[in-house]
Amino acid sequence: MINKLVVENLKHRPVRTLLSVVAISIQVTMVLTLVGLSAGMLNEQARRAKGVGADIVIRPPSSSVITFSVTMPEKLIPAVIQKEPHVTAAAGVLLHGTDMFSYVTGLDMAQFNKLNGGFRFEDGGPFQHPGDVMVDSYYASEHKLHVGDSVTVLNRPWRLSGIYETGMLARLVVPLDTLQDLTADPGKISVIYVKLDDPARTQEAIASLKQKLKEYQIRSMEEYASLYSVGSVPMLKEFIWVVIALGVLVGFLVVFLSMYTAVLERTREIGVLKALGASPQYILNILLRETALLAVAGSILGILLAYVTRFTISHVIKGALIQAIVYDWWPITAGIALVGSMLGAIYPGLKAARQDAIEALAYE
Amino acid sequence: MSDRPIISISGLRKTYRAGEVEVHALRGVDLDVQPGEFVSIVGPSGSGKSTLFNIVGGLTPPTAGSIHLAGHDLLGLTDAQRTELRKTTVGFVFQKYNLLPTLTARDNIQIARHIANNNGPLDPKFEAILELLGLGKRMDHKPRALSGGEQQRVAIARAIVNHPAILLADEPTGNLDTENSTAVLGLLRDLNQRLGQTILMITHNPEAAAYGHRIVRMRDGRVEVED
Repeated sequence: MINKLVVENLKHRPVRTLLSVVAISIQVTMVLTLVGLSAGMLNEQARRAKGVGADIVIRPPSSSVITFSVTMPEKLIPAVIQKEPHVTAAAGVLLHGTDMFSYVTGLDMAQFNKLNGGFRFEDGGPFQHPGDVMVDSYYASEHKLHVGDSVTVLNRPWRLSGIYETGMLARLVVPLDTLQDLTADPGKISVIYVKLDDPARTQEAIASLKQKLKEYQIRSMEEYASLYSVGSVPMLKEFIWVVIALGVLVGFLVVFLSMYTAVLERTREIGVLKALGASPQYILNILLRETALLAVAGSILGILLAYVTRFTISHVIKGALIQAIVYDWWPITAGIALVGSMLGAIYPGLKAARQDAIEALAYE
Repeated sequence: MSDRPIISISGLRKTYRAGEVEVHALRGVDLDVQPGEFVSIVGPSGSGKSTLFNIVGGLTPPTAGSIHLAGHDLLGLTDAQRTELRKTTVGFVFQKYNLLPTLTARDNIQIARHIANNNGPLDPKFEAILELLGLGKRMDHKPRALSGGEQQRVAIARAIVNHPAILLADEPTGNLDTENSTAVLGLLRDLNQRLGQTILMITHNPEAAAYGHRIVRMRDGRVEVED
């Protein structure tokens, strides 16, 4: 019976109910989109790192997973790495950010070909000149590029020499020497990929490398790929928390206003329920159930809207943004919506529960 | 009628504080109502009849005096106990019907049962009462689709669905035309006669008051005279 009253109350003011649900859904979508983008981008990076086909990844000391500003000497490859037993190939790449979400990779094509057989080209081929650039098929289709076109990267024009299958390294690849010159990093690289004769010897090779390259970050590809997580990106977790806090605040304010006006509007009805013998808990229960229903409806709509934002990001906004659908976060965001909404319902609910029956019945 | 009153009021006082001013709404009311009695309370505005209604209905506590209602001493009751009293012992009928606008007539009655933890289907005896009230075909309509007379009949049905010891009616015909007033008053008298329902009715209308077994006149917070 109480559920019927709750549903009828919500149906009685459809616009207010709809607005509340939409507002709650926006906070759910906001969190799901942010987390989805983080996961999507990190998964994509991990996938592309794995696509290189190396067994071991070496990063300079004090570098983090997603930042590539710290570099190390290129000469480590001939001086140390290639002298290691079981190492069949090693390739160093220099990464340089082009904007907030993308970077360009500089590589030595001969080294890279030894590592994994090279790129699989859909059109054109490897760079022939220092001013050549290669892009993956995704980038080419997003920017409608064809081999021979001029591409502006790092504020200068490049000639597009080839379009390769997506899934390996960055979306933009240029000659290592050229990028080192452009970024004033001669002889420096950001990452070294190492291929072994037997992947089963990975841990053994890592232990040996660690003795020679103390403080360097030397990991198996599996371990390296697993580091592409929200927790390993500096400040991302904190940023997500800020968005969650904003979400709770939005839910709180929306429900507070909605329930506060509902309580004012229903003062007389609350008086009637009290006259019928409804306890303060009974009244509070009605409002909390209404709120819970709004939060559940808002969460469902928010999850559906996250699919809309994913579609929009992938089809309308051209670029490197990839949004994943993170199912694990559905109950979390629903919980956030519920907590924010319930917090917003507490004051109006208590106001209603404490309402004096006689005053409420006299309310016009 | 038994000799033991179902409502026994003696020296009842109620003082409100309105800002800086003390308002003595009841100044020593004495009144006994026997089980099965239909008592009309009349009096001018400010005479204290509504305050008496609210105290008997457990909506507000008295300040002093004694009041016993169906064996409950209302003077010492906590808020929770008065809530329990409203749930089980008293039924209200208001001038403005006070039906919940979002629920159908049937659900307005059902919610009173739900609040009283009475969740089964309506018993056949009560279905017969609904027929008596002329509500059989209107039960699935919401209040906005019902006439004033129909709404008040639903409110009466809601007030008696939990078999209260006392039915309190506050100007039950105040918003009705003559025809509907007569119908509602006739229903109250029928309920009183057929079911032995004790009724305490506040009214301004002398014709309405005449439906009661006796009329209690109030003035300045006291019972002035009983007819």
